[in-house]
Amino acid sequence: MPEQRVVEPEYLILEAPRERKFITGSQAFAEAVKRANVDIAIAYPITPQSETMHLVGDLYAQGYIKDYYRAEEEYGAMSAIAGAVRGGARAFTATSGPGLLRGLEAIVSWPGHRIPAVLGIMTRVVNAPLSIQPDNVEIAYLLNSGLIVFHAENQQDVFDFTLAGFVISEKVDVYLPVVVATEGFFVTHAKGYVDLPPEDMKLPPRDPYKAPVPPTDCEIPPARIQRDAPVQKSNFMSYLIHAVWQQEIWSANRRAVKWIKHYLGGLIEVVNPDAEVFIVASGCAAAQGREAQRYATMEGLNVGLVKIKSLRPFPTNELREVLKNAKTVIVPEHNIVGWLAKEVKAAIPNSGIVVDGPRVYGGMTLPVELIMDEIYKAFGIKKERKTVV
Amino acid sequence: MKRYNIRIAGVGGQGVVTSAHILGNAMSAAGKYASLVPFFGSEKRMAPVEAYVRVSDQPIYEVGEVVYPNVIMIYHPQVITHGKSYTMPFYSGLKENGMVIINSDVDIITDEDKKVLEDLNARVYMIPATQIARDIAGTELATNMAMIGLFFGITRLVNLEHIEKALIERFLGGTFVASGGTTALDSAIEKKFKKKQELLAKNMEVIKYAIKLAEENGWVETETEEVKT
Repeated sequence: MPEQRVVEPEYLILEAPRERKFITGSQAFAEAVKRANVDIAIAYPITPQSETMHLVGDLYAQGYIKDYYRAEEEYGAMSAIAGAVRGGARAFTATSGPGLLRGLEAIVSWPGHRIPAVLGIMTRVVNAPLSIQPDNVEIAYLLNSGLIVFHAENQQDVFDFTLAGFVISEKVDVYLPVVVATEGFFVTHAKGYVDLPPEDMKLPPRDPYKAPVPPTDCEIPPARIQRDAPVQKSNFMSYLIHAVWQQEIWSANRRAVKWIKHYLGGLIEVVNPDAEVFIVASGCAAAQGREAQRYATMEGLNVGLVKIKSLRPFPTNELREVLKNAKTVIVPEHNIVGWLAKEVKAAIPNSGIVVDGPRVYGGMTLPVELIMDEIYKAFGIKKERKTVV
Repeated sequence: MKRYNIRIAGVGGQGVVTSAHILGNAMSAAGKYASLVPFFGSEKRMAPVEAYVRVSDQPIYEVGEVVYPNVIMIYHPQVITHGKSYTMPFYSGLKENGMVIINSDVDIITDEDKKVLEDLNARVYMIPATQIARDIAGTELATNMAMIGLFFGITRLVNLEHIEKALIERFLGGTFVASGGTTALDSAIEKKFKKKQELLAKNMEVIKYAIKLAEENGWVETETEEVKT
């Protein structure tokens, strides 16, 4: 490994010269971890996450990471991450679908424990019939726990969101875990162009004393709230403590907005803001939406795209502003429940303009043609497709 | 915008995934764009394998399997005759004005299927790729080279130099591991040719022959077709 010098996050993320590489999403995760001055990585393997954590293990072998081990299973992995982070380390882990749900009990307690870590999610079917393909219904389980949740469209996003994730996560006024979710296989096992800053640079090490809560002191929160009798018992004190603590978690989640704007250019990206019909999507569905927006434009239709980069904090105000003149809003998704469509409907005053779909299930690819069908419908265009499927 | 969404269907051992990587790398060498997705079950010879490649002179955003291809490449006749495929019938999802390249030395398309392909205004090119591989490279394992050679011969997306660069990257790069099975197969081919250089040269010969075939038959695309969805 090259000798790495510490540079400021602003320089590494926003200013350093970048070189274009053609790499997989798994490699993009590893390239971010390589430059993030990570102390420890702990994980339990599951398809399609295994390749990422294998590459991170290689980083440990090369000396980029101080410690690395395979946990007994995901509950153990996620609990150990909490322990390592509370002990002052910068930590990375990743999981997929069923592994995520197995570790979820520990993961949803991270925000309340003020655990600034980065968790990679490579989506995978969790509902039966089981498959290893990238259905993303699992992301719905992450949205109500105080975690910061980014959804990466492609390999470049994986790199940028992960590297910035460490920095945002450790900001004193945030101090929450950051999830970087992306679709398994479609992003993790496929190659795309990624602009990378030099590998001989890394983030400054984590300073565990630069924190809103002391890392290991058992006499004050967050450790104390776990063992104090008034909190453990069900009484009005405990409800009050829980309320103020969780209100602070969600305030901290909102406070991440400015840092997301600073390091990642905003919670959303908008293509063609003056459009009549918008596609609103996150993750791979945004890639398919981007393609549909291009085809629609080539056909002379006024279609725009809103890519949601951050699911938590959710871009409620941004969506209201962008969609205020929209006639129709199409929300393509890779899951059966339509969690993003529900979020979008709840965010805007005129939810009737939201089209529920198109959706694909079981990790199937989302054909751009299905989004085009909705676009044609929105413009009242009748098209017949000859294709036999 | 020149854009091809390709579905390659073949059987295990034919180098479907390998040639998909070479297609992608050649596009990359030419400064153009490609994305690919391999799809296979348990790896074994003669089991169905599919790979999906998107190639373009413009950035590609879309990901995942190609459900509606405008190019279908059939590496083994049994994909059609025995239904050895994840997508049945072999033309499923083919868009209008698309192209189908089939490796077969006899006409294997039924009249019924011919009618469907005619209705879709599809161009169908049938070449004996396995025979070409045997004659020129002395091994059936170069079948995939004849197939991608013909594709590039028809589309003219890249030139020989880019293809050679992609082959070097694939066979001399030494870093590519698609799977354990592929690695074992690689070493079998290497033994056969003693030297990797020789393997490379033979592969290039097959590709050149296929490109010439496209030219001689007048299959080369002249105008830039606009992609319609």
